Amino acid sequence: MTATTLDRPAAPVAEKPATRRPPRRIALGITLVLLSVVFVLPLVLMVSTSFKSVQEANSLTFTLLPQQPTTAAYTEILGNDRLPVLRWLGNSLLTAVLHSALVVVVATTAAYALARLHLPFRNALLGVVLATMFVPGVIFLIPHFLIVNQLGWLNSYASLVVPSAAGAFGVVLVRQFFAGIDPAFEEAARIDGANAWQVFRRIMVPLAMPAIATLAVLAFLSSWNDFLWPVFVLFSTDMLTLPAGLAQLQGEYASRYDLLMAGAVIASVPVLAVFVFAQRYVIEGVSQGGVKG
Amino acid sequence: MTAVSSTELSRSRRDSKPRLRRSSPWTALAFLAPFLVIFTVFVIVPVASAVWASLHRWSLGLPGTPWVGGANYAELFAGSTVMSVEFWKGMKATGIFTALSAPLLITLPLGLAMLLHRRFPGRTFFRALYFAPYVLGVAVIGLLWRYLLDRQLGPVNQILGIDVAWTTTLPAGWVSLVVATLWWTIGFNSVIYLAALQDVPKELYEAATVDGAGPLRRFTAITVPGITRVLQFVVAITIIASANMYGQSALITQEQPGSDTRTAIGYIAETGIQGFDIGASSAMSMILAVTLMLLSGIVVLGFRKLGGNDR
Repeated sequence: MTATTLDRPAAPVAEKPATRRPPRRIALGITLVLLSVVFVLPLVLMVSTSFKSVQEANSLTFTLLPQQPTTAAYTEILGNDRLPVLRWLGNSLLTAVLHSALVVVVATTAAYALARLHLPFRNALLGVVLATMFVPGVIFLIPHFLIVNQLGWLNSYASLVVPSAAGAFGVVLVRQFFAGIDPAFEEAARIDGANAWQVFRRIMVPLAMPAIATLAVLAFLSSWNDFLWPVFVLFSTDMLTLPAGLAQLQGEYASRYDLLMAGAVIASVPVLAVFVFAQRYVIEGVSQGGVKG
Repeated sequence: MTAVSSTELSRSRRDSKPRLRRSSPWTALAFLAPFLVIFTVFVIVPVASAVWASLHRWSLGLPGTPWVGGANYAELFAGSTVMSVEFWKGMKATGIFTALSAPLLITLPLGLAMLLHRRFPGRTFFRALYFAPYVLGVAVIGLLWRYLLDRQLGPVNQILGIDVAWTTTLPAGWVSLVVATLWWTIGFNSVIYLAALQDVPKELYEAATVDGAGPLRRFTAITVPGITRVLQFVVAITIIASANMYGQSALITQEQPGSDTRTAIGYIAETGIQGFDIGASSAMSMILAVTLMLLSGIVVLGFRKLGGNDR
């Protein structure tokens, strides 16, 4: 990329490439910085307050940074066995990873069958799957509760991992990707004696990795973000996910904001770390979900 | 790798004349099995049972589950029981929140995306920065905004030197819920828009500029038609997401004042899961779901009227 294209705004091309307009660039810069402050300030306050003492957190005058930084809030919250924040964090990570993995396995195998394998009524089945995309999620709430109850899954990891694993979105996303792959690859492998599973595992899955990564990311985020369901189906403290646990924390500590913010920081650090690390993947996943959905 | 396999293919095609045999339906079924099991148990059965339950009296302490036809619906629509009043209050809260938040969540991210679509140093960084709140999840942002908006101890009132009960009064409560939601999810829609903007051919802008089109004209004549499909997608998912709002009102306003910011889905969960009134809560779910489907239908039709130029 050359310097000229870098300097030029990409979308609305300036009247002539030569007329760069410094005032507009400065305005853009100022807007970006102001927006960044808006986005970052709440997070700064969250971290800052988590390091304040009780007295300072309860002060009626605003201080941006703690005057006497202390880790007392962290010590107190991590020492409270009735509200095991780290355990909740573990529960959340575990169930989100398992859910994401299950979604990937279930969606890719089904997508392969629906894209490539011979099956009577294949298109009818695909039609049914597609139709469920238009059913609003609220329909599933009470029936899922009844079924999970019937299966004896209330208050279990399974209740978080399995029920929403067969979404139409994943199948459609991966199937579309499979459909675009040249059949010559599979035919060659078949002739070399590979069976359907080997073709799927060795050829189709590696080629569809971008779509699969997208799906994995979206499934992880939706599980990680889920709030209503875990609040209602989990009831022993040890089983709670972070969102459900933080709600309890709030119930317990009302306006001890030093403690609540320490809890929020503990909850944020791992996922922010993952995000910084896998930022490109996450953002690509979300944007592809939109363009292809 | 590609080249090798295709030459191999053409060679073997010549050698072995007969085409590949069609795979057995059992192979397809084996691949479909995991999906079909979960799909049947957690998608097909639930849809059927939601309809079924809404037509039966099914609640705690009741011996059987007698068929009552449309009685659950009739009671809700009559609005004379406590439950029906609370349900419509929830529907109203959901409606208000959706009406206030969806337009902002559809338009502001587009503006942000257009800003980020320009090429400037650090663009990826800013994009990630604006997206970051989304990955924190609703519980963290709920706690955070509860703190920020606390009447006495919250930085918002302290910095601005005002005394607004952001979380316990209306309409301030709606402002709180909408602002927190905006801050939380603006990056999500922006990222979707940004990908769409990148697919709009640059030559169109150049041609329009040559023809003397100003920024506004370029926006309405090129940008909007160029991203119609994605715009429709964003409108649909945003309305559905806003109508499903629960966490923010559970944590930030804690459904206050009274239970005025308790959303429909919150009340449905309380009635069905905590109160185990399956029949009534299923009927409520159906009403909310049908409303959402009608809204989505209107969105689709509206966009068709507008005439989606892309594709």
